[in-house]
Amino acid sequence: MDVIGRLQRQRTELTQALFKEGLLDEQFTQLQLLQDPNNPDFVAEVVSLFFEDSEKLLDELTRSLEQDPVDYKKVDAYVHQFKGSSSSIGAQRVKNACVIFRTCCEERSQEGCRQALQQVKHEFFLIKSRLEALLQLEQQILAAGGTIPFME
Amino acid sequence: MARTNISREIDAKKQLPSRAPVTPDIHVLAVDDSNIDRKVIERLLKTSSYKVTSVDSALRALEILGIEEGRSPSTANSFQVNMIITDYSMPDLTGYDLLKRIKENAGLKDIPVVIMSSENVPTRIKRCLEDGAKDFIIKPVQLEDVKRLSQHFSSTIKKSSGVVCSKRKQEIEDAQSRKIASRCPHVHELRVIA
Repeated sequence: MDVIGRLQRQRTELTQALFKEGLLDEQFTQLQLLQDPNNPDFVAEVVSLFFEDSEKLLDELTRSLEQDPVDYKKVDAYVHQFKGSSSSIGAQRVKNACVIFRTCCEERSQEGCRQALQQVKHEFFLIKSRLEALLQLEQQILAAGGTIPFME
Repeated sequence: MARTNISREIDAKKQLPSRAPVTPDIHVLAVDDSNIDRKVIERLLKTSSYKVTSVDSALRALEILGIEEGRSPSTANSFQVNMIITDYSMPDLTGYDLLKRIKENAGLKDIPVVIMSSENVPTRIKRCLEDGAKDFIIKPVQLEDVKRLSQHFSSTIKKSSGVVCSKRKQEIEDAQSRKIASRCPHVHELRVIA
């Protein structure tokens, strides 16, 4: 199999695994649908924004939970924001972890929130590394002269 | 949050001579404090051939619409906005507050306003529709939601607000069911909790 074919197969497998494992949901597909030759970097740009925003939010969340007493309203507002952005790019497991986190905020459970934050961080860094690998593969395909077919 | 750049389209529009459009350019003003959501809604709208200006707050939206404090009423809608699509939950002024301000203004009240929210709160949806919103989209916004917007530009339809509300609510519920059905079953339960 030629280089492009091999890379494309890797890309398909990687993408399918992301959906199968529930890391991504159909919203990511929606973003892929919006990418076209006139907007070839759309997904990469949105994903990049998501990474930047998320890391700031995670810092704020960590800081907020270290305060004494914890301002749960503020924490919840950050989690709500994170839930929104992860939902908008299709980062399903991050979003689900945020939902659980919000429940802990409602219960004003400091320990619950700490654990929920750990889980959100875990899911975020997981999707981050997998998406970076996916985007890198796509760059390699394009550099080799191939195209990126839309694959579910 | 940093102030957003108003889309370059605003500057371009200022320089455009007035013209009789063959196919009218529909100019949508998108309001959302999330930069990710702004980027996505912009792309969704542009893909559907709308001209888009996006801003990060209701206050910025009011500036664009020419009705912030101290402006004369004659400046209302000098950028010829044909539709406003706004997030509901925003710091300072909410999308609902923005809706009210628009509907209270003689020069702007006929511009269709669509509200977006990540939270599926039936009382919230009802209140927005009853107070003049043309539609309510549950986030994340998808292509089919944007396609639904085109009906709000169709020619005048004689309506009673009750009929429009219930029809709109059914469309919103149908769209939501489709979104939920296409995902893993357990996500539906989590959405209820959220």
